Amino acid sequence: MSQKVLLNAKEVNIILHRLACQLIENHKDFSNTVLIGIQPRGKYLANRLVALLRDDYKIKDLPINHLDITFYRDDFRRGDKTLEASTTEINCQIEGKNVVFIDDVLYTGRSIRAALTAIQSFGRPKEIELLTLIDRRFSRHLPIQPNYRGRQVDAINEEKVIVNWVENHGEDAVYLVNH
Amino acid sequence: MSELSVNHLLGIKYLNKQDIQLIFETADHFKEVINRPIKKVPSLRDITIANLFFENSTRTKLSFELAEKRLSADVINFSASQSSVKKGETLIDTVNNILSMKVDMVVMRHPNPGAGIFLSKHVNASIINAGDGAHEHPTQALLDSYSIREKFGEVKGKKVVIVGDILHSRVALSNIFALQLLGAKVMVCGPKTLIPKYITDLGVQVETDLRKALNWCDVANMLRVQNERMDISYFPTTREYTQQFGVDKALLDSLDKEITIMHPGPINRGVEITSDVADSKQAIILDQVQNGVAIRMAVIYLLASKIKQ
Repeated sequence: MSQKVLLNAKEVNIILHRLACQLIENHKDFSNTVLIGIQPRGKYLANRLVALLRDDYKIKDLPINHLDITFYRDDFRRGDKTLEASTTEINCQIEGKNVVFIDDVLYTGRSIRAALTAIQSFGRPKEIELLTLIDRRFSRHLPIQPNYRGRQVDAINEEKVIVNWVENHGEDAVYLVNH
Repeated sequence: MSELSVNHLLGIKYLNKQDIQLIFETADHFKEVINRPIKKVPSLRDITIANLFFENSTRTKLSFELAEKRLSADVINFSASQSSVKKGETLIDTVNNILSMKVDMVVMRHPNPGAGIFLSKHVNASIINAGDGAHEHPTQALLDSYSIREKFGEVKGKKVVIVGDILHSRVALSNIFALQLLGAKVMVCGPKTLIPKYITDLGVQVETDLRKALNWCDVANMLRVQNERMDISYFPTTREYTQQFGVDKALLDSLDKEITIMHPGPINRGVEITSDVADSKQAIILDQVQNGVAIRMAVIYLLASKIKQ
């Protein structure tokens, strides 16, 4: 197994600030915007971005939302394991809002497809954008592209992108692992 | 642990503690789903479920049907009163005929104990027991324990008394198994004629004085007197039963502590509990009904995920 560092803590921090600024550029004071982290792993990135926007860029009244997509996935009964759900916490109205989905790695696009269906259970958003820390180019199964991307990566299917956060792994880093 | 250890839900007796915890955690997510503006998820689009009710039911049947529809499964319903069972068809034949229409899962209520177990050995479908005679009613026990967990945070260490007709009650037996697996202390209370002889072998306490039982417990699960299953007279009159084993507001208020009242339904108001108790803040009877849908969604989802394509 070989492992390559794609982003270290300093680079992750710079990218988080850039993504926050790009969001501010498009969403101004976020009064009509809802940020949603896609469970399970997009939650950490979403929490970080919300904290950054609140503390460093003084955006007020920004709720933290998490969306679980387990029951909307297209691979139910197709693997060996039961798909395990995570918590959904939508703390504001979705109807008529500009929604931004936040996930750590965009790979096949199937999770985002499921999220697009799941969010409709809460209302009809005005528009939906996608923010992702790592965009794995050339591996999409569906016509889905991010609006905001941290870093674009060319990785083959045998390789895995692993995103670590201080909150659960003790460090901010992104690795490319080859099994 | 992310998978049930069983392929059918025939009784609590066949589950382990991890199974119940997985069902509860999954039900937590479904409880959030059924409080959304759109209460439906597409998981079971390719699953067909037959609800076979060989015995009357309102709440359980509606609850299962709603749970199935909220998971997007296709549902067919069958009641024995309008079927070929009356014409002499056997259970296996009836079910195999239904299964040949490409049905993946069967939810069955049957007057005979063990009907679900028998069926699971002879037909190729996932079976959920929705009550088999006086044997087990696993989803009711799961939703009862889930409601206790919701109210108190955990089931472990809680004292639960099951009051009434223990002898004819599948709810009582399933509840005893589930509560004990989760670490609760269980007592049964009722007229001696309605308490099975060797019930203490299951590790439950027996009490015939209702006031003592209520003073001991945190939760009282009040069962209905099942007149339809009584071939002989087990107590002199309903009035006498109510005097000794019915709970009214005056009795509740005179206890040392505030206890929680549960009832699996249907309630005979004025027999096992009075209206003011059933409608009081201490009763969580309607929470039980709401939790029933979430629990059944969890059970169906977890069993369906084990059906291979």
